[in-house]
Amino acid sequence: MLNLEWRQVATLAGKEFRDRMRNRWVLAVALVFAVFSLVITYFGGAQQGQVGLRSIEFTIASLVSLVIYLIPLIALLLGFDAIVGERERGSLDLLLALPITRLELLLGKYLGLAAALTLSTVVGFALDAVLLFRQFGLLGLYHYVGFMVSSVLLGLAFLSLALLLSVVARERTRASGLAIALWFGFVLVFDLLLLGLLVASGGEFGGQLLAYLLLLNPADVFRILNVFSLDQMRSLYGLTSIVPPALANPWLMGGAMVAWITVPLVIATWRFRT
Amino acid sequence: MTNSSKTAESVAVALQSVSKHYGDVRAVDGVDLTVQRGELFGLIGHNGAGKSTLFKMMLGLIAASAGDIRVAGTSVRGDDFRATRRKIGYLPENLVLYDNLSALETMRFFAKLKGADTGSCPGLLERVGLGGVGKRAVYEFSKGMRQRLGFAQALLGDPSVLFLDEPSNGLDPSAIRDFYAELRLLREQGVTIVITSHILADLQERVDRLAIMASGKIQAVGSVQALREQMDLPLSIALRVEPSALAELQTQMQAIAGVSLQVVDGEVVVRCPRPAKMAVLAALSPLGARLMDLHIHEPSLEDLFFGLRG
Repeated sequence: MLNLEWRQVATLAGKEFRDRMRNRWVLAVALVFAVFSLVITYFGGAQQGQVGLRSIEFTIASLVSLVIYLIPLIALLLGFDAIVGERERGSLDLLLALPITRLELLLGKYLGLAAALTLSTVVGFALDAVLLFRQFGLLGLYHYVGFMVSSVLLGLAFLSLALLLSVVARERTRASGLAIALWFGFVLVFDLLLLGLLVASGGEFGGQLLAYLLLLNPADVFRILNVFSLDQMRSLYGLTSIVPPALANPWLMGGAMVAWITVPLVIATWRFRT
Repeated sequence: MTNSSKTAESVAVALQSVSKHYGDVRAVDGVDLTVQRGELFGLIGHNGAGKSTLFKMMLGLIAASAGDIRVAGTSVRGDDFRATRRKIGYLPENLVLYDNLSALETMRFFAKLKGADTGSCPGLLERVGLGGVGKRAVYEFSKGMRQRLGFAQALLGDPSVLFLDEPSNGLDPSAIRDFYAELRLLREQGVTIVITSHILADLQERVDRLAIMASGKIQAVGSVQALREQMDLPLSIALRVEPSALAELQTQMQAIAGVSLQVVDGEVVVRCPRPAKMAVLAALSPLGARLMDLHIHEPSLEDLFFGLRG
């Protein structure tokens, strides 16, 4: 049976969350999101010679490009030293000598950091939500809230990966290197590699398999989640030819994202226990 | 109540054939050790002797490869580990606290995790001399203040067993004196204290018993006096004599078996086996007033430690 006391988890999570509030991490990240989202909303179409609010689809498409780079990086930086940092500083032994389990420590850390990341994401994008609601009404807000929820899920997935790195790495510097490598891998290299395979094989390698391989990258799951919620965006991204309709199911993609949150956490728990 | 249950109650820490192996390396090898309730027990050893590994196993931080460890009557890693750990206080060697928290917030955080009364935190800070700085952030604290905060943290929940790893790190002489006075009070209240220190002189006069570890094994265990007798190291007798008496003194000492004599900076140091002590003193009486001063030094804990290491 799982030996879990939620009171202990809440105490640890509360400390992590308060730390990020106190050192103004939440405020700083929220400000970054707010500034970037407003700038993109207003000037996203500048290359096409247009400024100001355009369609909700175009706004979300522009924001997706921002979020795909920014949120994974922020989440990885937030969580990469959660455990290895305590270990390296020497405070891990003191914590583990208390009446808490390793699972409680890991969950407490994760939930506290997750709360800080979620709050900064929601607050950061909230101002833009108000503007879009005034311009595009409830339907616009509905799509934007969907984008915000998926952004939060993307952050939680990368935070989960960061915690796994934090458990696996023996040194803080190694954990930071792995975090940066992971960001490069998922955000920059993965899609390029798939595209390269597609082109190099003259289209032989691809089709359904290629589309399903996208599920191996939480950043792609996030992109598909947002792209397939809006008709105009499918054509904008040109993904209709690659992604089969089966992947257009938001529940399936939401499930994939939840798997990206839980699986690394489960592996981290297993590694941390041994 | 049976004799065996009475004995079990009087034992605070019990280790039976405890080993920890990392591949071929035997960090701790078949250790048997019992610490009685209310005892101030020292654990010493050079770096790599297995002391820290043994400490971590007693705290339940790492599992033993073999053997059984019981603290306050229960297993530190069993189903009832939470209850056991609530009875334990721990001050680690390299204490790291959260710089961004105040002393009081630090105490409350650890109190909540330990299931201790958070209302006891101000009183404990007062007890370790940090009563006036409870609201100050830890990053403003000196090393000694941090160490005292760590000690206050270890006292949360009125533990029945305290594990203190190099507790006098960073403390000034007067703080060290206060700290050991506090330990004496705790011992009188029945608290068992297991302590390590590289400053052997600190432990020598203060521990009830101690264990000396080397190569993962307990090499000797007992009170300092018992270890002195067991190891039979020579006594040192420091003398100051008039220069005219030096030749006579040398002749007298050469007549006693096992005695050696050395003159260092005008002071004569006679080293003699314990049984020869009275013979040496008797041989000094003919010197009369030419013997100006005399000090008998029992082998120190440091002598015992290095005597064991060879």
